[in-house]
Amino acid sequence: MDMNGGQALVKALECEGVEVVFGLPGGAILPVYDPIIESTIRHILVRHEQGAGHMAEGYAHATGRPGVAMITSGPGATNGVTPLCDAYMDSIPLVCITGQVPYAAIGTDAFQECDTTGITLSVTKHNFLVTEAQDIPRIIHEAFHIATTGRPGPVLVDIPKDIVDPRNPRSAMTWYEPTDDIMELPGYRPATTGDPEMIRAAAEMICAAERPVLYAGGGILKARAAAELLALAELIDVPVVTTLMARGCFPDSHELCLGMPGMHGNYTAVTAMQSSDLLIALGARFDDRVTGRLDGFAPDAKVIHVDIDAAELGKVRNPDVAIRGDCKLVIAELVEALKACGGLEAQPDRRAWRSQISGWQERHPLVYEQSEPGELLKPQYVLEVLRDSTPDDTIVTSGVGQHQMWASQYWRFDHPYTWINSGGLGTMGFSVPAAIGAKVGMPDRMVWAVDGDGCFQMTAQELVTASMERIPIKVALFNNAYLGMVRQWQEMFYEERYSEVYLSYEIPDYVKWAEAMGCVALRVEAPEEVAPAINKANEIDDRPVVLEFRSAAEENVYPMVPAGQSNSDIVVDPSQR
Amino acid sequence: MTATSATAPTDHSHRFHTIVTTVENKPGVLARVAGLFARRGFNIESLAVAPTADERFSRITFTVDVASSSLEQVVKQLDKLINVVEISELSPTESVERELMLVTVDVAAGRRHELLELVDDFRAYVLDANQSQMMLSLAARPGRLDEFEEHLRDFGIVQLQRTGRVALPSLDS
Ligand SMILES: Cc1ncc(C[n+]2csc(CCOP(=O)(O)OP(=O)(O)O)c2C)c(N)n1
Ligand SMILES: [Mg+2]
Repeated sequence: MDMNGGQALVKALECEGVEVVFGLPGGAILPVYDPIIESTIRHILVRHEQGAGHMAEGYAHATGRPGVAMITSGPGATNGVTPLCDAYMDSIPLVCITGQVPYAAIGTDAFQECDTTGITLSVTKHNFLVTEAQDIPRIIHEAFHIATTGRPGPVLVDIPKDIVDPRNPRSAMTWYEPTDDIMELPGYRPATTGDPEMIRAAAEMICAAERPVLYAGGGILKARAAAELLALAELIDVPVVTTLMARGCFPDSHELCLGMPGMHGNYTAVTAMQSSDLLIALGARFDDRVTGRLDGFAPDAKVIHVDIDAAELGKVRNPDVAIRGDCKLVIAELVEALKACGGLEAQPDRRAWRSQISGWQERHPLVYEQSEPGELLKPQYVLEVLRDSTPDDTIVTSGVGQHQMWASQYWRFDHPYTWINSGGLGTMGFSVPAAIGAKVGMPDRMVWAVDGDGCFQMTAQELVTASMERIPIKVALFNNAYLGMVRQWQEMFYEERYSEVYLSYEIPDYVKWAEAMGCVALRVEAPEEVAPAINKANEIDDRPVVLEFRSAAEENVYPMVPAGQSNSDIVVDPSQR
Repeated sequence: MTATSATAPTDHSHRFHTIVTTVENKPGVLARVAGLFARRGFNIESLAVAPTADERFSRITFTVDVASSSLEQVVKQLDKLINVVEISELSPTESVERELMLVTVDVAAGRRHELLELVDDFRAYVLDANQSQMMLSLAARPGRLDEFEEHLRDFGIVQLQRTGRVALPSLDS
């Protein structure tokens, strides 16, 4: 069938099962926006291209399907760089279509030209510059294949205007079905199953370990291996820590769950890893926010490391057993190998280890002091009420800062894909657009964006998108008048010399601002107002809601492993010292 | 790159790691490969790129001067590049390496004979000549090129261009 490149692009997206595209048009991508009108694909018009990218990320994380963003050349593309990098760091499957100036104009500093593939080279899993309309179906199929298989990640497809513009003869093409056998990717061979010998070695090592810990990373979620992880942990009765990227992959309410490790992890998770004699790392990457000072990290632990990405194995910590493979398959294989070794019966007596762990849990639970009457709210309290007033499959997104750490600490994640945050890049402004994307993908689920006042000001305009598109997300905005996390570092490590961290409680007026964007908005200042406000927000389902929680500025996140120090030097809450 | 003395040609090749990659013969692939070194501040000492017998692929051979541990990480990341089809590190003892040098030297009338003897010794070629200069070529082990270059210095090097090494595994390695 004869078509033009723009029609082919839209049809190719339909063939990939794309149901929604987040984007904003401009000159170079204009021809593609015309066939979009007839398409079954829903287009969500964002207010800033960064928002489109984060929405696509939120959508992808919540649904497991690739998120799609479509933006124009030049400034559109450069605005898209942050979410691409964010998706790259957190292995989110994303396909970003960018318009480009006509092929013949590339390299001439044409209006709104930038070297998009050059700029995004190091923040994408792969990118393409399409030069012929005829290649569009194949390249789109390759882009989705690369984004979603192996270690997922963002793929960018840069499309010169002339090959999608029906007025240009270069846009003529003949349609063909984009199937797997037309792909031309001789260098791409994602891993699947693990090496059986290594799996046997891992099983033996587990059977010999006295103080093992399962260290579950975001890869568990990417591999959709939560059920396999549960089976493994229960089979060998070994405790699990879930990293910031993995929260929810193992139920927080399970007795084997120790919660989040790392810089602001809880004492037990951090200390159990520190004291363990075997770390079973599954889809985790030994991030510096988890390990603390590397030469002091888990000094007595042997390491089994399972990852789909060979470049992660031995990157930070040399594993004793390295298994390259898909976590879902490898864990299932490991469970079989452990059963063959005798299952639970073959595990050593670990009562001493377990009682050591419960001792830590008793001595060092997460704590905060409730506010005195007349004082501002404690964010931890608000998060507890929010957690207890929402369905347990509520999807929570977060910005970056203190509120993010408290959300991860105080929420009880009992389902996978209920926690969406920017872990690797730590992108302020992630929360609101990610929540919109998640809600679009999961319209029947309640979606709460937990956000800081600093973060909110970076991408709040996407609430206009949410209002216009009737995407009823809810925002819990923690107004502590500060770039709180930075303020905390200045308090602790710069002798309370506060430099450029003060925002303001009053300006902007968040309630007016949210109302101006079409939201219902409430300001909450006292503990007894918290639950009623949340209940009211929960009842609103036809527009976004913003609850501004006036929060105590001086509150700090504990525990904390100061940057560059060993996890053994964890600083606990003042009341536990 | 500093030329080493004639007594230590093998040391020279051991200082560097030679990586051979088979890549898709497409625009931008070299930039992807080079980018992984650049972001770490690793210098590529020598580089050679050309299509293989199969036109769809190119072979990039490069030498880098880095610690083995950091190199291992880069090699794994190179392997992740979608356009990289194959990658291997060639150890100098189990491979054959060659590099080509073109060089123009000054040659005083009285030293012409001496230079031609040198050309013979090294099995180099004379590609061009006039009253006062000669252009030579030599394809050999990189260490051998260093030696040749050292001798030519005495005559006066006008211009010199080396290709960067190419390498293949030895037949019985
Ligand atoms: C885009 C971006 N710029 C700067 C930072 C550095 N940073 C990390 S947390 C933070 C403060 C965030 O403030 P806020 O949103 O109010 O959250 P709080 O810590 O107060 O809860 C800053 C500036 C960042 N992570 N991202
Ligand atoms: Mg703040």
